[in-house]
Amino acid sequence: MVGMPVPALWLSGLTLLVVAIAGLVLAWRLCRWLGRESRRQRQDLSEQINRLLPQTQCGQCGYSGCAPYAQALAGGDAINRCPPGGERTIQRLAELLQRPVVRLDPTHGIEQPARIAFIHEEQCIGCTKCIQACPVDAILGAPKFMHTVIARECTGCELCVEPCPVDCIDLLPMPTVGEPHWQMPERDFLSSSSSEVRLAREVGR
Amino acid sequence: MKLLFSNPVSFAAAARRHRGINPPDHKQASLRSVLMDMPLPRLLYFPLCLTGKEPAYPLVKPGYSVLKGQLLAASTDGNDNLVHASTSGRIVALASHPRPDPFGSNGETLILEADGEDRWIALHPATDWQTLPATEIRSRICRAGIDERNDCGLSRWNHARQPEILIINALETEPYLTADQALIRSHAKELLTGAGILQLACGALRCIIAITSEKSDAIAALYTALQESGQQAGIEVMVLPPRYPITDRQLIDAVTGGRVPVEQPESERGAVLADVTTTMAVRDAVIDGRPMLSRVTTVCGNTLRTPKNFRALLGTPVGFLLELCGIDYQNLDRLVMGGSLTGFTLHSFDVPIVKSSTCVIAAAAGEFPAPVTAGPCIRCDACVPSCPVGLLPQNLYQAVKNERQDLMTGLRLDDCIECGACAYVCPDHIPLVQYFRAGKAVLSREARQIELSEYRSKRFEARRQRLARDTAMRRGSRRRSVARPENPDIQDSGLKTFSRTRAREEIAAAVARVQQRRRNAGKATARPRDPDQDGRS
Repeated sequence: MVGMPVPALWLSGLTLLVVAIAGLVLAWRLCRWLGRESRRQRQDLSEQINRLLPQTQCGQCGYSGCAPYAQALAGGDAINRCPPGGERTIQRLAELLQRPVVRLDPTHGIEQPARIAFIHEEQCIGCTKCIQACPVDAILGAPKFMHTVIARECTGCELCVEPCPVDCIDLLPMPTVGEPHWQMPERDFLSSSSSEVRLAREVGR
Repeated sequence: MKLLFSNPVSFAAAARRHRGINPPDHKQASLRSVLMDMPLPRLLYFPLCLTGKEPAYPLVKPGYSVLKGQLLAASTDGNDNLVHASTSGRIVALASHPRPDPFGSNGETLILEADGEDRWIALHPATDWQTLPATEIRSRICRAGIDERNDCGLSRWNHARQPEILIINALETEPYLTADQALIRSHAKELLTGAGILQLACGALRCIIAITSEKSDAIAALYTALQESGQQAGIEVMVLPPRYPITDRQLIDAVTGGRVPVEQPESERGAVLADVTTTMAVRDAVIDGRPMLSRVTTVCGNTLRTPKNFRALLGTPVGFLLELCGIDYQNLDRLVMGGSLTGFTLHSFDVPIVKSSTCVIAAAAGEFPAPVTAGPCIRCDACVPSCPVGLLPQNLYQAVKNERQDLMTGLRLDDCIECGACAYVCPDHIPLVQYFRAGKAVLSREARQIELSEYRSKRFEARRQRLARDTAMRRGSRRRSVARPENPDIQDSGLKTFSRTRAREEIAAAVARVQQRRRNAGKATARPRDPDQDGRS
């Protein structure tokens, strides 16, 4: 650089500066784009995860609802914190997120058959505390008037049980009227050797 | 008006395409006797919840006296699952009672004690049905509580396309069932009338009565009836080869001569199907104004001395019909409702006859094959040609057994009609149909779960938004009132927003009012307090 004329030195310094600035700007844009992309992907993923969750909105996972837990899952949280979903949900989450299947974490609760809340109406004092607690607006009532649970809307999240000052809310098994309850046949042939079974039948004939 | 034997080429093609099986039909025993009416039983049972239907809610209470044909219960919208009293008498109870389903479960049931007088409710017969508008016919059919089994659903009459063909399904290919055959033998003329009414109701141009070739006496009766009623144009009889089963899709294919694409929805087929029982009930409903109170039920099986077909009142307990046929209780092995391939075992003699009860089989020991241990699938492919829908039962079996829902839907498990043909031919006695039903239950549970969770998340989201809106509004209104304390619009709009100057004025006014009142009270002591004037404004 010593032998260079002054204007050329100036020029090369300017070029360097321009290139460096352009590079910085590009890098910054790239970072922003990448960040947005990864956020979008995480958003998509959390939506997918949310669809697998049972949407009871019970908060047993430690988050305020299913959607926040889904977001946390997309961010890498444990997949075994949803007791209403149970083993089945864990299995699906493991499939989607490509993580190993684990047992349900008992600190968050145990898996139970679906239930719905029921208000013993003669004991209800009409305090509206359960109405405020219900995450899906499934409880109908007004101050100082009897409340009741709309069975169709209730998710069985138990959030209304705790605030009730007179303990008039019970969780009952979810009614299953008119649903098919066909069971798988018992797989007897696995218990004995199949050739034995066949022989027995053929001898019998 | 013509008798239409499908030509030999298409007959053979239909036979080839029909696949299915040829089990021994066991029909002769119950056909020896003519169709009989039955005496009144003492108690009749009307189940309110039936599998796959909207639950009905009772319109009567225990202690009510009811007339024959009176509406006892209906679903909430009043259109589905109508229950009518099939004789006059008194409602004695609303209690839990065995109901006709495969699970042997009990359900809410209205119990009616017959008074033996059989008094009818006031009926509104139509003297000339040909002049009735189609809407009136439909509403008459709707009010008669005719069962929507076998595609003759009123809902399906809202077709995307005007139906061209009405098909009366008199195939009755399942073993033991002879109800339709017996009914056609004795009431062919009424069947034709019913078909004519249905044709008018749905606006179809042609009407085809499809029947299998071994029912020669019924075909002869239909032929005679067609000859006699000269005016009834457009009703034809089509004879199909006797094979079990013939699905609705195959039937439409055979009648229209084309093939219905699998993807095509029911409403675009251009064909309406009705079974014989429905058609007869439609005739009664439109011409006599009578609701559906009875159905023809085959009562058969080797333990009965005289198997026969009864015009059974709905609600009659099965045991009553078996007694009439001379049942030998010692020999009874299994009691089955429905045909031998699609029916289910009953666990009580008190199960009532309902609108879908085609047959009751009181089987003797050895009449049905004893249950054997199922072997493993040896992939012999015997089930594949037997399937009338063209599914792959052995692959479906693996999918269901391994609970692979993607495969179940991919292999079109939902299209399975549970006819039992695959299980019948299986050399290893695998209860395929039971697997498929279990698989369908899994799929429907899953679908319900997805639907439910979508609904719940929508409600949760709606609540979250509402709360956010409320908070924003509260916060926003407070901020606005501070920013624009003397906005006249807000004052006039009746919204209570806080304003310091106005509050001061109001307090001063209140103090003045109180002082005024005290002064007045000093003058006249007995003045009552006016709550509206108290400090609030």
